[in-house]
Amino acid sequence: MTTISQQPIPAPLDGAPATTPGVLDFGPARGLVCRECGAEFELGAAYSCAECFGPLEVKYDFGAVSRERIEAGPLSLWRYSDLLPVPSNAANKLNLAPGCTKLIKADNLARELGMRSLWIKDDSGNPTHSFKDRVVAVAQAAARELGLGTLSCASTGNLAHAVAAAAARGGMKSVVIVPQDLEDGKIVSAAAYGGVLLAIEGNYDAVNRLCSELIGEELTADWGFVNVNLRPYYAEGSKTVGYEIAEQLGWRLPQQVVVPVASGALLVKVDKAWRELVATGLVESTDYRVFGAQATGCSPVAQAFEAGHDVVRPVKPDTIAKSLAIGNPADGPYALDVVRRTGGSFGSVSDEEIVEGIHLLARTEGVFAETAGGVVIATLQQQLASGTIDPDQETVILNTGDGLKTLDAIIGQVGPTATIPPDVAAVREALA
Amino acid sequence: MSEAEVVVRVPTILRTYTGGAAEVTVVDAANLAEVLDELDRQAPGIKGRILDDAGALRRFVNVYVGDEDVRFADGLKTVTPGGTHVSIIPAVAGG
Repeated sequence: MTTISQQPIPAPLDGAPATTPGVLDFGPARGLVCRECGAEFELGAAYSCAECFGPLEVKYDFGAVSRERIEAGPLSLWRYSDLLPVPSNAANKLNLAPGCTKLIKADNLARELGMRSLWIKDDSGNPTHSFKDRVVAVAQAAARELGLGTLSCASTGNLAHAVAAAAARGGMKSVVIVPQDLEDGKIVSAAAYGGVLLAIEGNYDAVNRLCSELIGEELTADWGFVNVNLRPYYAEGSKTVGYEIAEQLGWRLPQQVVVPVASGALLVKVDKAWRELVATGLVESTDYRVFGAQATGCSPVAQAFEAGHDVVRPVKPDTIAKSLAIGNPADGPYALDVVRRTGGSFGSVSDEEIVEGIHLLARTEGVFAETAGGVVIATLQQQLASGTIDPDQETVILNTGDGLKTLDAIIGQVGPTATIPPDVAAVREALA
Repeated sequence: MSEAEVVVRVPTILRTYTGGAAEVTVVDAANLAEVLDELDRQAPGIKGRILDDAGALRRFVNVYVGDEDVRFADGLKTVTPGGTHVSIIPAVAGG
């Protein structure tokens, strides 16, 4: 085992002290470990292995974890603090307190699709209406612990919104960086909080590259890029989706789950969450299969799955599902591993199918999903049709964002049934 | 910068090899493989962090020649005309 200090851990800044001066408190986290070569590093603002460039993830020593402790916790993701790289008092610092979103029994949609038992984990109910509030909350706690005063990110929109809001709530600065061609709603909602928003002339992968290049510059010494140099902590926030599903089902695991895939991290972390729950004795070990959902216009992981490859060849995205438009998904190989290990599959669906999926979910369950949710619904339909998803097995699907965020995708496709004068006869005629 | 020069942007985690320098200038390198050879001559050992034992780009490193990800171009054979900027970046993602 090698332990390498990648960079000096910064001293806490005034106004953002570590829990105990000079001593970092990341709860049960004990260090960072490379997922590729196993090299170990101290906890800090590091994300890439100095040995092999592999991604770093948090290594834990879980202490007292029990259903009772979790159930007695706050109605937010902080109820899972014992399983996250955060100080035990993270819930007490100013934050958006996301999580504990609804798990909706989707009987209408199940009936329409011929399924026996279907649930929707609806993360549009988070404070900024997407699952990104979860990862940002954990990254914000890490930034505080590391004494970083500015929250930043490379974003396809939802993350920018979540970072800008969390920073405002937490009394921190924010600099969010997005591609200039995002949906208007996502630009406006990220800009509304008064932080800095930089719109870049390029796609998400160009934004991501820029953020990586900014790290190490004096300009950004005080910045925590939530999904770059705070990524090991940030990514762990996604586990809370998995924890909540299990708790909401009465501390058990479903048999099938369908997860939208952008970087692949959410899919990987839902699986990790369930394995941790089994390992800590919080749920019984039962078989489950994980399915990944991508848009055909950006489906590098689905293509690799289909071709039987272990590596993911980058693509140039072209889809209305912009929150999933990551052409070079860093967690793609790990998502492939999870799906193959559990006996799941990947689907990829057209933009037309995505819009139909949004309509179907709205019409049957009253849930208006963003395009990523449409990708999930269309993938569910596709995999049911091909027989890879079993309609008789209990299935959970994830809606990761609110349809109000991607109105552009369906404007022109829905609208008034009729435009008429304020006249009873005209109503009769319109409804005839 | 002269016409034969290529500027290589070095990520933070590899700057221990470059004495802390964020950029290294190499000359007379016609393609990416030659750029990395020349970089390694100036910063011994750095190439072994970028390429695996088989001499291929490591799975989690992205290299750009200009604006182009070399995986979309000719990989290590991607040409690097004088004046080109090469960036070496750890792979991360997540929107």
